[in-house]
Amino acid sequence: MDGTTSLSGPLDPAPDAGYPDPPPRMGFFTDTSVCIGCKACEVACKEWNEVPATGLDLLGTSFDNTGALTANSWRHVAFVEQRRPDFRWLMMSDVCKHCTHAACLDVCPTGALFRTEFGTVVIQEDICNGCGYCIPACPYGVVDQREGDGRAWKCTLCYDRVGVGKTPACAQACPTESIQFGPLDELRERAERRIERLHSDGVPEARLYGHDPGDGVGGDGAFFLLLDEPEVYGLPPDPVVTTRDLPRMWRRAGLAALTVVAAVAAAFAGCSSPGRRS
Amino acid sequence: MSEPAPSGSASYYGRPVIKAPVWGRAIPTYLFTGGLAAGAALLAAGADLTGRPVLRRTGRVTAAGAVGASICLLVSDLGRPDRFHHLLRVAKPTSPLSVGTWVITAFGTASGVAAAGEFASRLPRRGPLGTLGTLLPPAGRVAGLAAAGLAPALATYTGVLLADTAVPSWHEAYPHLPRLFGGSALASAAGVALIAAPLAEAEPARRLALAGMALELAGTRTLERRLDLLSEPYRNGRAGRLLRAGRVLGAAGMAGAVLGRRSRIVAALSGVALLAASVATRFAIYEAGVASATDPKYTVTPQRERRDQRGPSSPHLG
Ligand code: SF4
Ligand code: SF4
Repeated sequence: MDGTTSLSGPLDPAPDAGYPDPPPRMGFFTDTSVCIGCKACEVACKEWNEVPATGLDLLGTSFDNTGALTANSWRHVAFVEQRRPDFRWLMMSDVCKHCTHAACLDVCPTGALFRTEFGTVVIQEDICNGCGYCIPACPYGVVDQREGDGRAWKCTLCYDRVGVGKTPACAQACPTESIQFGPLDELRERAERRIERLHSDGVPEARLYGHDPGDGVGGDGAFFLLLDEPEVYGLPPDPVVTTRDLPRMWRRAGLAALTVVAAVAAAFAGCSSPGRRS
Repeated sequence: MSEPAPSGSASYYGRPVIKAPVWGRAIPTYLFTGGLAAGAALLAAGADLTGRPVLRRTGRVTAAGAVGASICLLVSDLGRPDRFHHLLRVAKPTSPLSVGTWVITAFGTASGVAAAGEFASRLPRRGPLGTLGTLLPPAGRVAGLAAAGLAPALATYTGVLLADTAVPSWHEAYPHLPRLFGGSALASAAGVALIAAPLAEAEPARRLALAGMALELAGTRTLERRLDLLSEPYRNGRAGRLLRAGRVLGAAGMAGAVLGRRSRIVAALSGVALLAASVATRFAIYEAGVASATDPKYTVTPQRERRDQRGPSSPHLG
């Protein structure tokens, strides 16, 4: 494959999904350099989306007692404590990336996962039958099965709020504007300006993550400004949508199927017929 | 409390980057039963076309039973089994599970009719059941051939099912898994035939046992050796032990298939070993994938290498 089919490469996802005249693609720019780790986003998301509580978890990992994005945590604030060069804290509010090429959506066998007119990726809870395929397909470990419920759950980028012109609950609640919501084009420009500013202010380690439409998932609808390598925050350094390789996988399966047929034909061909055996 | 994570450390508190599959034992078991059903349908069709009635009956009944079990396993593993029919809402070539659903639905129907054809003689001779009794054998024959036509897809698509995920040791194995699974399917079906068919009819099953197990063992060798870091999960821990057990059982099954030409008992023992080898291999591959998803190094290290080969992603970092 040359990487330019609609299974990979840069494109605008809503028209690709069949919306003839969609509104601009909407997304998040999460600027971790101003995150104060207050977790207002986690709480606002839970309240608005009626996401169940997980009980009291004390993980012993810094101030992070959420641990990861799960079926019951659609925003997750990571806390990294570092002693290099001086002590510093990295804080980052993680979320579903609303990938341009979303593996979860590609592999969903029921059509529960769908692309919205805003270019975001949403699970329809009345369709999902909990087959679980989207869960290991996501290169960021976002989707998860809810215990006792059986279905898969993740961030909807507040599809209900965005549909009526409102801001998603997390971005609304963020007191430092670490989480910014808006048309993706604008957010990408704003992020470039912010990076330039930080570099000229002496923060050379600042870098964008998920902003590049040329990356392995065609760019993220929710992208980030980070202050260290992605894996330090628990993010994959170079994610690729698994379905990019799917045409090659089907071809290998086709060859294997021919091998199977050949093996069976060879096993029967030339065997003496049973009647003539003693 | 906890030690601060050093800068540039490869993970966030050692937590997984991706989510491991949430499937239980039902899915690796299904990998086996689905393969068995496919292999058995092919054996049955070959037996039908070459006049081996016991082998044909064994194949058809095994195929129908194993595909029935497969469907039960797949439905029971859903988070919402009562919504299994949502799988039939759409047909999506980008979802191997959707493709598999349609293949197994068609295969299940065909192999059910084929197996029913074997029991036509037990129906009463007269009345509507008698008519059914005369229609069933030819219908069973057509259905059996149709099932065999779908069987190669059923035997191999499961390799794509596992590979089309972010699970590192599955995804990177995509060139090898379908052929390995196809071989395993043939070997397991040959195993049932060696147990059930008389020596006079078993020659094709013996040959198929050798060919299928050779494909399976060559495939597992490749997984253990050729995937660099991502081969590790196939060698270590429970997955490694299962894979090695599968190799020993598979080799024993092959030897038994050769030596069992004149002994029903040796042939049957060889059949049992072939079936056990296939089960062990399916579980080993499943568990290796879970292990590779759980340890973040298998996600992070190959991705960093890939990125570094392309040159620095952020020019300002030099
Ligand atoms: S981050 Fe994962 S869950 Fe979110 S759209 Fe991408 S593949 Fe789907
Ligand atoms: S668990 Fe639900 S959303 Fe995920 S792939 Fe299956 S049906 Fe689709």
